[in-house]
Amino acid sequence: MSFTRCSTRAFASARPLRRIDSVRIAADIPPAGSEPRVESPWRRFAAEFAESRMALAGLATLVVIVIAAIAAPIISPQNPYDLAQLDVLDSKLPPGERSSATDRTYWLGTDDQGRDMLSGIFYGLRISLAVGASSTVIALAIGLAMGLAAAYFGGWVDALIMRIADIQLSFPAILIALILLAVLGQGIDKIIAALVTVQWAYYARTVRSSALVERQKEYIEAAHMLGLSRARIVLRHLLPNCMPPLIVVATVQVAHAILLESTLSFLGLGLPITEPSLGLLIANGFQYLLSGKYWISFYPGLALLLSIMAINLVADQLRDVLNPRLSR
Amino acid sequence: MLAFTIRRLGQSAFVLVVMAFIVFVGVYAIGDPIELLVNPQADTAERIRATAALGLDKPFAEQFISFLGGAVRGDLGRSFVFNVPAIQLIFDRLPATLELAGAAMVIAVILGIPLGLIAGLKPDSFIGRAIMAGSILGFSLPTFWVGLVLIMVFSVHFGWLPPNGRGETTLLFGVPVSFLTIDGLKHLAMPAVNLAVFKLSLLVRLTRAGTRESLLQDYVKFARAKGLPARRVIGVHVLKNILIPIVTVIGLELGSVIAFAVVTESIFAWPGTGKLLIDSINQLDRPVVVAYLLVIVTIFIVINFVVDVLYSLLDPRVRLGQAAAAH
Repeated sequence: MSFTRCSTRAFASARPLRRIDSVRIAADIPPAGSEPRVESPWRRFAAEFAESRMALAGLATLVVIVIAAIAAPIISPQNPYDLAQLDVLDSKLPPGERSSATDRTYWLGTDDQGRDMLSGIFYGLRISLAVGASSTVIALAIGLAMGLAAAYFGGWVDALIMRIADIQLSFPAILIALILLAVLGQGIDKIIAALVTVQWAYYARTVRSSALVERQKEYIEAAHMLGLSRARIVLRHLLPNCMPPLIVVATVQVAHAILLESTLSFLGLGLPITEPSLGLLIANGFQYLLSGKYWISFYPGLALLLSIMAINLVADQLRDVLNPRLSR
Repeated sequence: MLAFTIRRLGQSAFVLVVMAFIVFVGVYAIGDPIELLVNPQADTAERIRATAALGLDKPFAEQFISFLGGAVRGDLGRSFVFNVPAIQLIFDRLPATLELAGAAMVIAVILGIPLGLIAGLKPDSFIGRAIMAGSILGFSLPTFWVGLVLIMVFSVHFGWLPPNGRGETTLLFGVPVSFLTIDGLKHLAMPAVNLAVFKLSLLVRLTRAGTRESLLQDYVKFARAKGLPARRVIGVHVLKNILIPIVTVIGLELGSVIAFAVVTESIFAWPGTGKLLIDSINQLDRPVVVAYLLVIVTIFIVINFVVDVLYSLLDPRVRLGQAAAAH
């Protein structure tokens, strides 16, 4: 018995999604008489997703951006944090200008310290995406636990958790984050803590509402009949079926988290200047904007815009594909 | 109805006290303002005197109690930097913030609702798709970056609009406002547009979704079957029914616009409360930070309260649902 349990758990990572789709397809089975379709859930999902060209373009952009962020140390012409590589004589050069000392061309110009903007953007993307993704994962885990606990225990646990979430959601995220950062101070761990605090309530609410709906369904009843343990029912049956709306919320929230981090960093409350994220790069260029040196702020902002837009396009399509009310 | 209002009022008061505690505890963890305020060459005796003068030597509990007592009387301490009452500083700057937030909301509403309606009525047309693509762009644009691009284009490149400040103000009922003079309007234009972009996108999506949903409802089909002109069906039957959620969201978003004004004010050096907050955080001016946060939180709680009560007046299901849940 214990052996089978171990082996099923080993495949747990691959299983949940498959189960979601089989549930969806079960709901979509055409009435008797029409031809049965044999199609893998993943392929069906991919086909539905690919129906929107905008979404595909978004996904492609996102892939390129993520690769650029991961490969930043390899593809960057310069290490922007290594002061020895910077040449002050090359400071504030416009895009396309060549370096005075070496034969390097600065395609997107340089900032006030002679840092190559293209390299700065690659490294900045790395930090922005990492902060956005890690805060989303932590918030997702906390929100998931809170939402499942609220739906499962009900009563005062539910009332307490959802009241806190309600109160928090009645304030805009930026205000909560400002209060927290005014309290905590600067630093990468602090900004992640602030972003997690801002986000968890969305997940808790989403998980709770879908868990309450799923709990009433027959497959949960069937699992109870089989005499499965409650933990197993919650984790292996309830949880995977609550995932689709959560995936949609999480995608949107990654974009929000990145946007919020860059805003806070721009205000000087987020990350320290030693490792600039995109928001800090933009803030750094702001002081030179009025003298017409637009590129120091403009290009990091463009990179930020492209990342967020790509994520939003993917999220929009995911919502349409995963929404059972709209299923075709 | 009265029971609902009273319960809701109690809840609001509770949230306010909790927020006051969090803000006070939190802000008192920020750095040591003495480092900033006292001359670095000052000797220990002078430092102790300055600490005592600001009340920073007392135990934490005592500081919190005197803070709460003061807060009830409307006294939130004196600014360390400006040496005037913090609350006065906030109220001096508040009209500028409210004017900016109001202007942004007006822009978002007068553009957002018609555009959303068009996109909802013709979802598959070129214009409908273009509006939706624009709203995704609006959602994705970082507010602060849009501000920079606006300055880059309209101030640096064309030189049409001033990049910072509030311009000439006139008194309206004793409150200085910018929107009554040409110079003031020029200063107001870019910050207001900047702040409006996000809300505009939100309103477009909301109106579009509401329109699409209500077009499928029986009463709209019936109105059409009756042979009413399209203008009347859309103007009366569709619009009236989607306005309830839209009005609610506008009410709630007004608070969020005030909070987001922090960013816009910092970019355009608009002399409002948001810029004051950022400056105060950087200067460790605790009383001003606390006063700002409390005033904004209070504004929020009042807005949420009013919207909830209005909503329950408009839609009886809300208060009945709450009463049923309470039993």
